Amino acid sequence: MEIKYKKTNGLTDTPLSYCPGCTHGIVHKLVAEVLAELGVLGETIAIASVGCSVFSYKFFNVDAVQAAHGRACAVATGVKRNLPDRIVFTYQGDGDLASIGIAETIHAANRSENITVIFINNCIYGMTGGQMAPTSLIGQKTTTSQTGRKADVHGNPIHISEMFSQIEGVAYLERVSVYNPRQVRNAKKAIKKAFTYQMEKKGFTMIEVLSSCPVNWGMTPVDALKWIEEKMTPVFPLKVFKDKGEEANV
Amino acid sequence: MAKQLMKGNEAIARAAMLGGLDAFFGYPITPQNEVPEYLSRYMLEEGKVFVQSESEVAAINMVYGAAAAGFRAMTSSSSPGIALKQEGITYLCGSELPCVICSVMRGGPGLGSIQPSQGDYNQATRGGGNGDYHVIVFAPETIQETIDIMKEAFDIADYYRNPVMILVDGLIGQMMESVDLTKPVKKRFLPEKDFATTGTNHHSRRNVVNSLYLESAELEAHNLALKKKYDKVIINDTRYELINMEDPDYVIVAFGTMSRVCRSAIETLAEKKIRVGIIRPISLWPFPNRAFETIDAPHLKGILVVEMNLGQMLTDVIVANNGKYPIGFYGRAGGVVPDPSDVVNAIGHFKDLVVK
Repeated sequence: MEIKYKKTNGLTDTPLSYCPGCTHGIVHKLVAEVLAELGVLGETIAIASVGCSVFSYKFFNVDAVQAAHGRACAVATGVKRNLPDRIVFTYQGDGDLASIGIAETIHAANRSENITVIFINNCIYGMTGGQMAPTSLIGQKTTTSQTGRKADVHGNPIHISEMFSQIEGVAYLERVSVYNPRQVRNAKKAIKKAFTYQMEKKGFTMIEVLSSCPVNWGMTPVDALKWIEEKMTPVFPLKVFKDKGEEANV
Repeated sequence: MAKQLMKGNEAIARAAMLGGLDAFFGYPITPQNEVPEYLSRYMLEEGKVFVQSESEVAAINMVYGAAAAGFRAMTSSSSPGIALKQEGITYLCGSELPCVICSVMRGGPGLGSIQPSQGDYNQATRGGGNGDYHVIVFAPETIQETIDIMKEAFDIADYYRNPVMILVDGLIGQMMESVDLTKPVKKRFLPEKDFATTGTNHHSRRNVVNSLYLESAELEAHNLALKKKYDKVIINDTRYELINMEDPDYVIVAFGTMSRVCRSAIETLAEKKIRVGIIRPISLWPFPNRAFETIDAPHLKGILVVEMNLGQMLTDVIVANNGKYPIGFYGRAGGVVPDPSDVVNAIGHFKDLVVK
């Protein structure tokens, strides 16, 4: 019998710790498939962060360093500067990257550290039980914005990709999502491009992935995917913000 | 034996390079700036890694990454900056990563001053990070001793897979002394860095550097393994110097810059026929408790602890003394460096200085 599809060897056999319907699993698979397809699994070091993806070091079939909350890009800098020929990526949520770790992330981008950042934006703190994230939408109810996020009380959702598009050191930056099969395919293309640019030593690459959190959003997995499409993408439009490779071809 | 004149901070930087430094990460803060300034030039010239980080927090986490990848990494800072590094330090200890941290103390608390101080004894030996951990702390008193310890520090860190801190004050960082960079250091057998995350193509199993243990039994086993390691450090790397300890009338306990001042003071006291010995802790953690067991002084009137703070090492001396002799304390804070005459006076007024 011919094998048409099998689990990528970019993932270990450890069962994922994510909730049913959460899209972390899809993004893990995409990153793992890309690393396997590029033939760099044995040359890659993953930097796990703090949040739901804290255990990603168990799931990616590569060497891994578990970083303190928000510090993944600093840890990645320490690894990559000493091992410039290896592939180094961080996998961070919106609390880790956009709140407590924003300084580390901005400065890694500004130094154009030749690393890839996978940024999961699901508008909420998942691991700690559904608190307001810096990316939470206006009106979004969370355990720390129980009547909904208000701009005058909590501030507006932070637009990470828009901010980072202003940074000279960024080589590739795209916001993608995984709410339907077409978007999943596009997300994989973006992730592959980011890692390819890293292999070509083009500099800092980041893929923001709009992701779902059905449990903390209080939705079914299907409704959660709809919420990404209908509520998140108008605030966080899907697009390529920066592509130094394309600029060079112009 | 080529002697040369060197500034303390630059000597720290050069000695770190002689000790095999691969990667330095740091953020500017007075009075340690000459350490990164020196390394920014010479590390890059030698094709090594130097990064001026965006913060102290980032610097220590870059050290974490470099150490995880198996490289000899270091950061350097001063009091408020070391405060910011505490998070990274507990992660380094928890993940058992070797590194060297240089702390050039200034006055505190808060922004404090930029004058020399020993106000971070507790910060160095107790730390502000979470959990059961220890940093191995050495407090040299001369630039030569700073060089000798710094050259050995990476070996000690690698041997135990633990951070080593070199703790000096702004005086040692800023002054110049005649030094010999070529003095040989004790060599030890170092384990292979088989934990290093260099990519699975480069070793036989998948390496993960991590300090997370969600099962309490697992974490306790990890805590106990760390404890066993710390016990080994206590046995093998507790360091101190005994000065003039034959039948003293008083014993002074002082470290770093303060012990140099006390050396001058005991000469004056000897002229006054008062015999004073000095116990000089070189390792602050582990604290040299055993030095106090060696005190054999039938005429001893008491132990005077002298610090450039308001009594931090004092706590460790009280424990080590275990109620045997009266303990007095003399300290100056805020960046004031006591004169030898201040110490002479303190011995003269020992009875008034006894800690109740």
